[in-house]
Amino acid sequence: MNTLIITALILAFLGIAYQTGSSRSRALAGTSGRRLHSRPSYHGSAIAIWTLVPLLLLLGAWALLDSYVIRTFITWYLPESLVAEGGNALRASIARVEALATGYGVVGEVQEFERTAAQAVGRFQTTAFLIVVAAATTLAALGLFYARKRITPQFRARNEVEGAVRILLLACSVVAILTTFGIVASLLTEAMRFFSFVNPLDFFFGTVWNPRFSTTGAGGGGEYGLIPLLWGTIQITIIAILTAVPIGLMAAVYLSQYAKPRVRSVVKPLIEVLAGIPTIVYGFFALVTVGPFLASFGDAIGVDIRATSALTAGIVMGVMIIPFISSLSDDIIRQVPTAMRDGSLGLGATKSETIRRVILPAALPGIVGAILLAVSRAIGETMIVVLAAGNSPVLRFNPFEPTSTITVSIVNQLTGDSDFAGPQSLVAFALGLTLFVLTLVLNVGALYIVRRFREQYD
Amino acid sequence: MASGMNFPHAELTPNAEQATDHGAAELAQRSVRVRASDVSVFYGAKQALFDVSVDIPDRAVTAFIGPSGCGKSTFLRCINRMNDTIEGARVGGKIELDGEDIYDPSLDVVELRARVGMVFQKPNPFPKSIFENVAYGPRIHGLIRTKAEAEEVVVSSLRKAGLFNEVKDRLHEPGTGLSGGQQQRLCIARAIAVGPEVILMDEPCSALDPIATAIIEELIDELRENYTIIIVTHSMQQAARVSQKTAFFHLGNLVEEGPTDKIFTNPEDKRTQDYITGRFG
Ligand SMILES: Nc1ncnc2c1ncn2[C@@H]1O[C@H](COP(=O)(O)OP(=O)(O)OP(=O)(O)O)[C@@H](O)[C@H]1O
Ligand SMILES: [Mg+2]
Repeated sequence: MNTLIITALILAFLGIAYQTGSSRSRALAGTSGRRLHSRPSYHGSAIAIWTLVPLLLLLGAWALLDSYVIRTFITWYLPESLVAEGGNALRASIARVEALATGYGVVGEVQEFERTAAQAVGRFQTTAFLIVVAAATTLAALGLFYARKRITPQFRARNEVEGAVRILLLACSVVAILTTFGIVASLLTEAMRFFSFVNPLDFFFGTVWNPRFSTTGAGGGGEYGLIPLLWGTIQITIIAILTAVPIGLMAAVYLSQYAKPRVRSVVKPLIEVLAGIPTIVYGFFALVTVGPFLASFGDAIGVDIRATSALTAGIVMGVMIIPFISSLSDDIIRQVPTAMRDGSLGLGATKSETIRRVILPAALPGIVGAILLAVSRAIGETMIVVLAAGNSPVLRFNPFEPTSTITVSIVNQLTGDSDFAGPQSLVAFALGLTLFVLTLVLNVGALYIVRRFREQYD
Repeated sequence: MASGMNFPHAELTPNAEQATDHGAAELAQRSVRVRASDVSVFYGAKQALFDVSVDIPDRAVTAFIGPSGCGKSTFLRCINRMNDTIEGARVGGKIELDGEDIYDPSLDVVELRARVGMVFQKPNPFPKSIFENVAYGPRIHGLIRTKAEAEEVVVSSLRKAGLFNEVKDRLHEPGTGLSGGQQQRLCIARAIAVGPEVILMDEPCSALDPIATAIIEELIDELRENYTIIIVTHSMQQAARVSQKTAFFHLGNLVEEGPTDKIFTNPEDKRTQDYITGRFG
């Protein structure tokens, strides 16, 4: 109901403001005989902005303050003893009153003071809503009259609207940036709490990972060495890249340079299906098929390969990221101008020479980008590793042995009963931060490579 | 192009006569290098070239002229089979190079293109350094082994194309950073570096100033001693200056071909006459 009224209010003001602006400016142009600086639609939009922005700001402010005001209001009706006590009991009581006020039932007997509080809250909410709507309407009307008065033939409505659009776009990108900062900040603060339990040196350079779960709550016990996990992650990622890059790149070259359009239109979606398979299914596949196959293959050639190993996880992960590399690289390679290809062919180069020496170098920046995207997928990947790598966070340099990764350890530390008070669960944030820094470094590195080796074409 | 259009017929004579006098004589003793018989080209369902038959003389310059879109580039691309790379393009008829059918299935296209070099209408330098652009062809054909050899080929090719002095301090900067006209000369240098027997030039001077044009024309004249050259041009003066034979295309048809002096002084077809005197374009 309330939402409906507010939507209607906004739409009504939008329509009135826009109409006022465009018809008024048109009329002015007619009577004064002067050319309008901006077209009527810009005058309409300018007024609409002046009308709606104050209105929306007010509604937004109310949406933020609303719950806080109501909670304070409720406490006036609660017994003093309860308020003084505070904590969970008070919170539960407030929640009960809110539930009653909205008409939902509550568990257990409803007490008298709760009933009165709920009725009062109901009345208060209605009044508050009316006041807000009235205020919003007044504000919007004021905005409308102010903006209407400013309309003259020379008024630069177009520039004003463009400015408003710019601010809107800026605000959107700021939101994206702020989100990143927010995530980093929360990771950092929690990681700092972790480092109050564990020396950062022990964490970053420790070679033993053994975070014993102590049921006695906070307190030491356990070793938090990052190195085995970091090495496991790197090892599996490298194996995945070694699997995916050659296959993906060659598939891309085939698709873009050799395949007939009809073949391409069938093969490309088929490869992309790989990207749509849930990673947990890849996990089964690794566990049930690839692992045993590799183990028996190892037997046959006399190498001891464990069924769940870095190799198994890496290969299956490589298969998973093939479509990222092949599909993106295909698009990128096809964007290399045909004039470039013709130039090379015209000099008597063969098709593969042309691809190797002209087309791929020209597409390199994009291809590196595609590979990077695939790598960050691989680094963040969890399910395949949980199932296929053997979950053994021990520092080993043999890829045929089980291992574990940063993501898997985060899952292990956070599943079950975690209270975020001891290092056992807080370590997850330190691991998350490490992962974040790792991908950041990769991105910066790739950017550098791309700048350095870019072969520009236009 | 505009200058070519406005060029009065009579004013051609001093230059044209000089070039064509010995041109016609020369032409008579040249053997046929490329022979096209009834060549038709289709782009999808659309026919762009209709039964073109023409002989290209050895060690001479042949000019293709005609209004925009008449099929000059299309025919040029047939001669080194660059039309193969265009999706949906089909070529009918027969083209022989030294009596050998170049559309024969047993013929090696790569080898053909090494023998028949091409300078494209739009400059298309590779996104590599100037040096690497020129060294590219010789490298893939194994013509240069040492650094010194590469240097020599690159410098002499750039010199011939009249570009060396402008770029000698920036040989290792990207070729795409050059101006349009410089890129065009770079592409010429790149094509002659391979040492092809036949050189196809699609409007090689379209972006060049008179000085650079003169250098390229000088180069063409020089190359004529040993190579067969076909040049597409929109400049009547240029065709008259550099070529011994001229072919006039119109709407996908070869209207008239013959010794340059004859085409310019005494054309048989009304359309040729109108075109070279600038009455239509
Ligand atoms: N790749 C292509 N696909 C379809 N049609 C094409 C293609 N290339 C050329 N054509 C068509 O073939 C005809 C001849 O084109 P062509 O490029 O040979 O003209 P041109 O004589 O070189 O013209 P210009 O002097 O403008 O370069 C034109 O009508 C053109 O639209
Ligand atoms: Mg052309």
